[in-house]
Amino acid sequence: MSRNKTAGYKGPYGYQKRREGDGRSCVRYKCGLTNTIQDVLRQRPGWMEVKDDGEWDFNWCDVGWLRENFDHSYMEEHVRICHFRNHYELTRKNLMVKNLKRYRKTLEREAGRIEASKCDFFPRTFELPSEYHLFVEEFKRSPGSTWIMKPVARSQGKGIFLFQKLKDIMDWKKVTPCDKQTHTDTEQRDETQVESYVAQRYIENPYLISGRKFDLRVYVLVTSYIPLKAWLYRDGFARFSSTRFSLTSIDDQYVHLTNVAVQKTAPDYDPEKGCKWQMQQLRRYLTARHGTETIEALFKDVDNIFVRSLQSVQKVIINDKHCFELYGYDILLDQDLKPWLIEVNASPSLTASSQEDYEMKCCLLEDTLHIVDMEGRLTGREKRVGGYDLMWNDGPVYREDVNLETLGSACFTANTHLGCVNDRKKQLRQLLKPFPGKKRI
Amino acid sequence: MMDEGTELSLTIAQIVQRLKATHLHSQIERQAKECLHRPEIQLESLKEDVRNFLKASGWERKLQNAVYRELHVQPLPSHPAAPPEHAKEPLAYMRKAQVNWEKRILKSLNSMCTELGVPLARKRPAVEQKELTNKWNEMGTDEPDLSRFRPVYAPKDFLEVLISLRNPNHDSSEEASAKSHWGLIQVPLHDRDIPQMREAYSELSLTTGQLGIDDHTHVPPDLFESEHTGIGKKVVNEQDSAAAQQYSRQGCPTGLRADLWALILNSTNEPEDVMHYEQLKAGVIHHDLLVDNLIYKDVKLTASNDDYYFVFEDFLYQVLLCFSRDTAVLEHFSYNSATPPKSYIQGKVGVEEFAVVYPPNGVIPFHGFSMYVAPLCFLYNEPSKLYSVFREMYVRYFFRLHSVSSSTSGIVSLCLQFERLLQTHLPQLFYHLREIGAQPLRIAFKWMVRAFSGYLSTDQLLLLWDRILGYDSLEIVAVLAAAVFAFRAENLMEVTSLTSAEVSVPFTEATGRPRRPFNSEGHAPHSDLPVRHCHLRT
Repeated sequence: MSRNKTAGYKGPYGYQKRREGDGRSCVRYKCGLTNTIQDVLRQRPGWMEVKDDGEWDFNWCDVGWLRENFDHSYMEEHVRICHFRNHYELTRKNLMVKNLKRYRKTLEREAGRIEASKCDFFPRTFELPSEYHLFVEEFKRSPGSTWIMKPVARSQGKGIFLFQKLKDIMDWKKVTPCDKQTHTDTEQRDETQVESYVAQRYIENPYLISGRKFDLRVYVLVTSYIPLKAWLYRDGFARFSSTRFSLTSIDDQYVHLTNVAVQKTAPDYDPEKGCKWQMQQLRRYLTARHGTETIEALFKDVDNIFVRSLQSVQKVIINDKHCFELYGYDILLDQDLKPWLIEVNASPSLTASSQEDYEMKCCLLEDTLHIVDMEGRLTGREKRVGGYDLMWNDGPVYREDVNLETLGSACFTANTHLGCVNDRKKQLRQLLKPFPGKKRI
Repeated sequence: MMDEGTELSLTIAQIVQRLKATHLHSQIERQAKECLHRPEIQLESLKEDVRNFLKASGWERKLQNAVYRELHVQPLPSHPAAPPEHAKEPLAYMRKAQVNWEKRILKSLNSMCTELGVPLARKRPAVEQKELTNKWNEMGTDEPDLSRFRPVYAPKDFLEVLISLRNPNHDSSEEASAKSHWGLIQVPLHDRDIPQMREAYSELSLTTGQLGIDDHTHVPPDLFESEHTGIGKKVVNEQDSAAAQQYSRQGCPTGLRADLWALILNSTNEPEDVMHYEQLKAGVIHHDLLVDNLIYKDVKLTASNDDYYFVFEDFLYQVLLCFSRDTAVLEHFSYNSATPPKSYIQGKVGVEEFAVVYPPNGVIPFHGFSMYVAPLCFLYNEPSKLYSVFREMYVRYFFRLHSVSSSTSGIVSLCLQFERLLQTHLPQLFYHLREIGAQPLRIAFKWMVRAFSGYLSTDQLLLLWDRILGYDSLEIVAVLAAAVFAFRAENLMEVTSLTSAEVSVPFTEATGRPRRPFNSEGHAPHSDLPVRHCHLRT
């Protein structure tokens, strides 16, 4: 869909409204990225790339393109784009915290303390410079605590540092004005002229495996905010820091930051080592160590994080039926097996770090496209598509079928399978009709 | 042959003798003394009452488990006139081959020692001791220069030894025919065929539920999984070794496996076990051994490069360095065909009073040795517990995979079993592979030597080891190796060389075993293990 132009697919079927079962046999796509998604789109039967200003039905764009073009584009009903206009309400660290705090307050008012406490999955966070005084108060209340400073709009671990003394940020405040000029992220033009940071209470007791800290990367696909419809992918991974955890060297960012991008620059990084575990591996490890019930409870808490974080921005995000978004959630576990939300990424890295990683991301993206369903092969009533399980559909989704008979029973399990077996090929074979014009293999 | 009655009494006597020396014995004694104060103990029925008390308080069960453990590590009963080496290995030609092999290894070790000017052992200076103590939990961060050290041998070298084994009493002058053995192992050992194994492994039949198969997501749990897990919980509560072993035949649930294996192996984590471990650790701190470098190198080359096990690098050092110094391991040489290498104090070669077993536990690590420990890190993260489990697994099973013996769980039998299964059930495939110079054993040997560690994904490996423990035998490893070939038979029929055959077997793709990562230019993973680095200097 090019700027200021209407577009519609007028093919052999004439003007086509998107109807159930009557999808497109030829999808024109635009792709702003040059990694795994390119391969996936190219290999999809019936999908053709359009260049430059050509009309498109599907756009996998980066957030920069979105910011510049979204408001000036008219999209036909069938057209799909991979971001929500103001996704940053969830993915910018300061806005995410602001929305969560507000949502929590609302919950407390409407449903009480206990319900609100279910939102206590993010560490104490303050936006700087606006909340500086509140931050100082909290800081002084917990002497000896460690805090982490993160720029709101940067990714891949850039600009992050740890501190334990207020003096450390005094120094930083003096230094930062010069650094601002080198910062090229133009996203902040939308919000404020001064680069914002958040100061967050550092989790000092992370769960360690063999002395190493790790965080979890989980994929959540949202196809609508109102009503909220979200899918959870079974695969994901745990990213390990390449060095052993210790609080004595908070300057060593390689210890604390588990981002693969940061780890890659560490002096002893060995690409042959691979610092990721598949989610299944992690889940099995934790189950072997702590038992099935404990870990099932843990993953239930993790589900809770996804749902509540999405609910907290439900009213703020501009809902648009053209939009879907694949989020990369970063979760950290502490030694009490409590999961913490670190951040949400609107553009999770799709570059592959290994053959295995490549295959996982291909499958993730293929299934994402299956759910977006340009081809109109789904009924809309599916609870599972490939490696995705429907987690929330304007309400919790359960594995069991909820009907009059089962309504009485107290036991419903959530329809999520994070870290469980992903037999997606088999499931897809049973679920999907072949692509239009293609015979079933 | 002794009659059964004498055999039994002898066994009982041996076990009683062994248990008398243990901590368990003194504990039970103390318990028996202390319980005398209890109201239910009556003088008239003293013996009965004390017995009942010990039963009710779980001490009898502990004793049962200890006896059960002793039965596992008992040397085979033999004729009273038989010399002790028969308990190690009854066949003379096998003993001879093992002795020759050991001579080669030791020669290699000694010449490495001389060449590099590194002593076999040296006391660490105080500064170094302190440093090591501080670094104990992160020895992996150390990057010592190991380029001069070479693994003493690799499985490949050992395979050549097995291939050259011949029974001097066996007349192999017959013409080669369809009846003759096509494989590389040319010794006439007896093994079981499929019908016999079906009987022996009846719990693995198609009609019996298995974890790893019948607990898949699409199978409703109440068909098998829930009940099996429930039984598992009961077994753990009862703390019954024998029951745990039987149970393990159908697989252990992930959440219970650690406890079940510890039960089967009777691996406790009592204060005395922890203390023993701490003593070993102290040994590591005080003395540096040449084999330590071999261990470091092995861990760096294998486990640290593994996508699943790199995380556990530090644990591996903590276990293996202590293992080298554990003289308790020497006990198992009474039923191991191998003999611990002896080293002599300088200048006193040949003089027995100056002989020292080297390394202290008598086990020289080879390339890939650390992979015996790596999967266990998945289950245990307390070093002393991990150590205890590993050591028991080594003295029951793993040692058989790298010594020349006629044992049914020994590597020679496994290789022969593998080849026979292939020849009997996949003759066309075997013939084809032979013709293209790709003897199947050359591919499968490394899997079997490691009991598939590093070749199967962890969850599958643990399911395999469940059955090794359950059946108290490594036989299943040979069957799995043959099954892999059967599974890939179609692909393998197409290959035209040994290298392409290696690639056709599934350990690089479909079964989920991860490959090493590729770099951003998309180059293929690094070349195979640097086996070329290790050669035996004869």
